[in-house]
Amino acid sequence: MATASDSPSASPGNSGSGESVTVKSLGPGHFRVALVGNPNTGKSTLFNALAGLNVRTGNYPGVTIEKKVGRCYASTSPASTSPGDRHSIDLIDLPGTYSLAPRSPDELVAVEVLTGDVAKEAPIDLIVCVVNATMIRRNLFLVSQLMELGKPMVVVLNMIDASQSRGVTIDTDRLAENLGVPVVATSASRRVGIDELKQLIADRCVHHQSVSASNNLAQTAQADEIPGDAEIPRPDPRSPLPVAFADATDAVMTTLVGNGVPHATLPNPFLIQRALIDGQHAAVGSPTAETFLSQQFGFCITRAIADQRKQIYSSDAGGGSVDLIDRECDARYAWAQSQLDGVIQKNSPDQSGWTDRLDALLTHRVFGLLGFLLIMFAIFQSIYSFASIPMDAIDGLSGWVSDGVAQMMPPGMLRSLITDGIIAGVGGVLIFLPQIALLFLFLALLEDCGYMSRAAFVVDRMMSAFGLSGKSFLPLMSSFACAVPGVMATRVIENRRDRLTTIMVAPLMSCSARLPVYLLLIGAFVPATKYLGGWMSLPALVLMSMYLVGVVVAVPVAWILKKTILRGDAAPFVLELPEYKWPALRVVFSRVWQASIAFVVRAGTLIFMASILIWFSGYWPGDHARQFELETQIETLEASDQTDSDSYAAAKIELNQVKGSLIENSLLGKAGHAIEPVVRPLGWDWKIGVGAIASFPAREVIIATLGTIYSLGGEEDEDGLIGAMRASKYPDGSPVYTLPVALSVMVFFALCAQCVSTLLVIRRETNSWFWPALSFTYMTVLAYVGAFVTFQVGSRIF
Amino acid sequence: MTLDQLTPGQRGRILRIDGVDSVSSRLREMGFVAGEWVEYVCRAPFHGPVKCGLAEARIAVRNGEAKRVEVELIV
Repeated sequence: MATASDSPSASPGNSGSGESVTVKSLGPGHFRVALVGNPNTGKSTLFNALAGLNVRTGNYPGVTIEKKVGRCYASTSPASTSPGDRHSIDLIDLPGTYSLAPRSPDELVAVEVLTGDVAKEAPIDLIVCVVNATMIRRNLFLVSQLMELGKPMVVVLNMIDASQSRGVTIDTDRLAENLGVPVVATSASRRVGIDELKQLIADRCVHHQSVSASNNLAQTAQADEIPGDAEIPRPDPRSPLPVAFADATDAVMTTLVGNGVPHATLPNPFLIQRALIDGQHAAVGSPTAETFLSQQFGFCITRAIADQRKQIYSSDAGGGSVDLIDRECDARYAWAQSQLDGVIQKNSPDQSGWTDRLDALLTHRVFGLLGFLLIMFAIFQSIYSFASIPMDAIDGLSGWVSDGVAQMMPPGMLRSLITDGIIAGVGGVLIFLPQIALLFLFLALLEDCGYMSRAAFVVDRMMSAFGLSGKSFLPLMSSFACAVPGVMATRVIENRRDRLTTIMVAPLMSCSARLPVYLLLIGAFVPATKYLGGWMSLPALVLMSMYLVGVVVAVPVAWILKKTILRGDAAPFVLELPEYKWPALRVVFSRVWQASIAFVVRAGTLIFMASILIWFSGYWPGDHARQFELETQIETLEASDQTDSDSYAAAKIELNQVKGSLIENSLLGKAGHAIEPVVRPLGWDWKIGVGAIASFPAREVIIATLGTIYSLGGEEDEDGLIGAMRASKYPDGSPVYTLPVALSVMVFFALCAQCVSTLLVIRRETNSWFWPALSFTYMTVLAYVGAFVTFQVGSRIF
Repeated sequence: MTLDQLTPGQRGRILRIDGVDSVSSRLREMGFVAGEWVEYVCRAPFHGPVKCGLAEARIAVRNGEAKRVEVELIV
């Protein structure tokens, strides 16, 4: 592995022939560049400035962080127009982090990408470290760790405009000299320095490519002369850590070589160093560099690491019993201080920031909370109302297309597949887009302007009492509109356990699809008694209770999860509150775009397939010939404007009866009959059972299904449906629907997971089938038990 | 005294971080280093996290974390 120093004189040994290093033009290259940096350094804005919308997202195997790769093009000289100079660059955007010490599977993946150890991932050619120019010293902590990786690196001082407006000048040349690494100043939001950066990236990549090519030549020539030693990866000499660390790393590496590990599979010395430092205090079971290494190399490395750790403590000059982690921090901060020698100059006195002034209000004990509630309410209201316009449009459009198809084709299985299966399925997916887009718009705006962390700050105490994180608030609140964007929004929660708990609990927030069910049943069976002189009505109370059922149940569920599957040490809560700034619209729109595309492509295809399956199970088996005859008859009558005739009315009635019996005999209907014994204790009959199963793709489907089963037309005949439900009786004359039955159905719907879209989005966000399966299982059990208790208790009372 | 014992507006010089675990590592990474000064700015509602000023940054820490930071009051 080549060392990180860029000067040609670093090539090991002398090749006897004394050949000079010629930089041949290798044509347009393709390079992989990793973008790293602290959070709040404007890294996303920079990524956006470099890659634009040219971004692919995906998943790394086994973890939940998203793989974000952008494409940009750069040449080594600005005026170059020759295609041979235009290199393509894959920019891998790694999550913002303060340190490379991995403490979670997500952080470990980031380190693996940088060291080139992720299976099937090509190694990184260049590291671009983004630094916030207004707080260089702290950022240098990460920079020193990155340097130890031994890869070519470039430092970007972003937000240089903010630094300048504070009257601070930074001598970038001096800093570059101190660090031994190129430094370029940029202001990503103002597009300053971007072209310089691109050129520098291309230049460094090409340079490194030719240096390693010539190193390989030299090494092959040498291999016959001096075998082995020259190739063992060594810790980077620029590391600020005391020498004892480098010695220990070397010793472990030697042990590995001594045990016969081939050179090509030797780990990056950085990982060994991390194992030495972090391994001692890692929580049991948490993935660290040490677990990673022991999986690869077995017990011999664990033993070597433990021995060398003891060595560092005993050999040490002046460290005594100070913990290795503390020594590392002290060394790095001291180094950072020394790097800034002669680099920073303050020209004018500190101007009082408007961030602090705004915060005096927004983080205030009282006004901060008020402001928070106001902002959240405004967002919720906007999503609810603004989204309904495009949602209605999509609904209307899919209805219009459906009608168009119906006019072009005679009634038949193909037409049914197209209108009830495909168009309904696609429409069912697209209908989520407005809410997703709006929610992500607000999320991106809040995150980019800096308010998000203030929001988490204000509600943290409340949320952690429930086992959730401050950042859980917005996802949970959006789930009252729809859990699909709510679950997607949990990405903002960095802590894996908090995030998963929030995802598990989000579907319990009664979403807008449950509302029609509540309204129907309350309208039909809850007496309209009023209290408090007309201020409160029983129906309104019942409606509110249904919403509360979900919230109240969520509390013990979160608690149980945190005590069992998601148990672990409380994650450290150290949250940075960045400077407020105007959100960069390009970044915001890019985020909205990414989220929407990801949803449509990934979750959308699965949701669509599920809709087709459900359509099929409601269609087959059954002879639809009579249905098609009647439909043709009805459509002919409508076309010739004879909708007043008796034959029209008779045809319609018969059609509904035929459809009702077809559903009863379909797979879906048979399933409903089959589970009837199971739903009897809930007070339901088979028709409600079918409705519950049929609503698996989307909860509102139960209304249409019930409408069909009760031989009515559907939504437009809702009063008719209510009438039919009230009149519905068992063979012995007792009514099917009583108040306890209605309540039990509502409670079931409040707690059930009848939404394939939510489950599939959970699958996508957690990158596993376990969590959606768990979600479905526990919610169905809860819903059943809840409905059971409601019915049994309710029938005793009422 | 510890960080959570300061009052709004007071500054302290950091002496050390108690204990060694992921919390202390995180605090160190964020800049809570011995010798630096930290200012207690305000507290979140319901006795929530504490907002501090640390060099040029504004950082919020929960009570548990704040109790681990030993400081010496700067008058």
